[in-house]
Amino acid sequence: MSTQEGDEQARAIAEAVARRSYGKLVAFLAARTRDVAGAEDALSEAFASALTDWPRNSCPQNPEAWLLTVARRKTIDIFRALRRHPSSSEELHLIEEVLAAPMHGEIPDDRLAMMFACAHPSIDAATRAPLMLQAVLGLDAERIASAFLASPAAMGKRLVRAKGKIRQAGIPIRVPGVEELPARLDTVLNAIYAAFSEGWTDPAGADAARRDLTEEALFLSRLMVALLPEEPEALGLLALILHAEARRRARRSADGEFVPLAEQNQELWDQGQIREAESLLHRASSMRRIGRFQLEAAVQSAHVDRCRTGAANWPHVAELYTALYSLTGSPVVLINRALAIAEVEGAAAGLNAMPDQCTDQRLTEYQPYWAARSELLARTGAFQEARRANEIAIGLERDPAVGRLRVRRRVALLD
Amino acid sequence: MQYLLLLHAEEAGFGRMTPEQQQQGMAAYVAYTEALNKAGAYKGSNRLQFVSTATTVRVVDGKTQVLDGPYADSKEQLGGYFLIDVPDLDAALSWAARCPGASHGIIEVRPVWDMTPLAKAVA
Repeated sequence: MSTQEGDEQARAIAEAVARRSYGKLVAFLAARTRDVAGAEDALSEAFASALTDWPRNSCPQNPEAWLLTVARRKTIDIFRALRRHPSSSEELHLIEEVLAAPMHGEIPDDRLAMMFACAHPSIDAATRAPLMLQAVLGLDAERIASAFLASPAAMGKRLVRAKGKIRQAGIPIRVPGVEELPARLDTVLNAIYAAFSEGWTDPAGADAARRDLTEEALFLSRLMVALLPEEPEALGLLALILHAEARRRARRSADGEFVPLAEQNQELWDQGQIREAESLLHRASSMRRIGRFQLEAAVQSAHVDRCRTGAANWPHVAELYTALYSLTGSPVVLINRALAIAEVEGAAAGLNAMPDQCTDQRLTEYQPYWAARSELLARTGAFQEARRANEIAIGLERDPAVGRLRVRRRVALLD
Repeated sequence: MQYLLLLHAEEAGFGRMTPEQQQQGMAAYVAYTEALNKAGAYKGSNRLQFVSTATTVRVVDGKTQVLDGPYADSKEQLGGYFLIDVPDLDAALSWAARCPGASHGIIEVRPVWDMTPLAKAVA
């Protein structure tokens, strides 16, 4: 084999291992040292060593184990050189011992513990999802920043600070006990959902970093279900994400225009993903512990059912939103509930059920609120008010395709 | 790891309590201290006199400035602390939540900066 071929093979294998095992290797190291940044550094040095060593001495039988061995050694070096975390030589010794302990069989999977640490309540809420994407999936700060509409420098700083807090404040990298689990699981699922929502705001897939984020969130959500198969909310979140993903291709017309659910071409829906979502939801409901994500997935399931059968199931949808509102108290849920009520009892009843922007300031800048208001006002015949609400909705939209839909509505309202 | 639990509360609240309530309040702290001791987590604690007794000191251009009053003027004042030794932040947070002060004020949990390595380097 030529040198160049050897290099290429080594690079290909290293990249494959990085994709498959990065999060597992970082989690293994960090769970033993509580030093996420140190684990990342050690691992990237190990990858660099692999790229020089493997072409020369041929690729190892078990590349993952090879990388971990090197990374463990590098971690100990980093600790010795910087004395960064262990407070005493005894502690350093202890960490050395833990890291040097021989391993048998599979590398333990500490990714779940890592996700709980990333979404720890003492970590800034807006940093939990970015931290998870970096520590578990190895995304770099620049990509995460562009997905969350932040500057790379600011995102980098937030990530460094969060990792520093895990180390210095002693946030444990472990799965919480039974008592704490429900509340803590909530923050992990919320962080995964936040990552998904950020990716979802670019449904056209024009922005690669954001489109990828939905795939990463899907991966994390699948991982949660694999590691916690008895948690109905973990199943609910995966079902919700799958339902949204299944309709991705139908959400845009060929020329990039936004297509509302009722007008979507159902042949573009991914039937496999819908089936999987439905079976997850079925499994979750058999556990008889209802929660936010199960209800949201159930709403999506009801939408799919209505579009397929043509049977108007709006009373059922309104009921689901009522249950969801009692769990979350979210004004966004009230808006969706009002739209469902409008379908059952008419637009005037829907308008009555809308939350009031005078009592909730957040709504004044919430685009879907104004879009929904405009829709309902137009149906009651209050065209002038409807046009005004529609103008505000146009002004608040950041997705150009949705903005164009609203401009088309403006034209319709003038007729 | 060692953590300092800083107990902040509205001082006037104590004065508004009946003697029985004050006694019950004190008993709760005694029980809490006892529980920390039993768990081997207790390192030390103190209740502080009211902020009206506080004095701040700083040296500016070689001159000592002394001022009457606390450093931070807020609705809640630092009224006491517990120093505890526990394995991690989760344990520290759950002890903070059990502290009677958490029910009538706010507890700030701060990890202690371990100076042992630095002290060794200096020595």
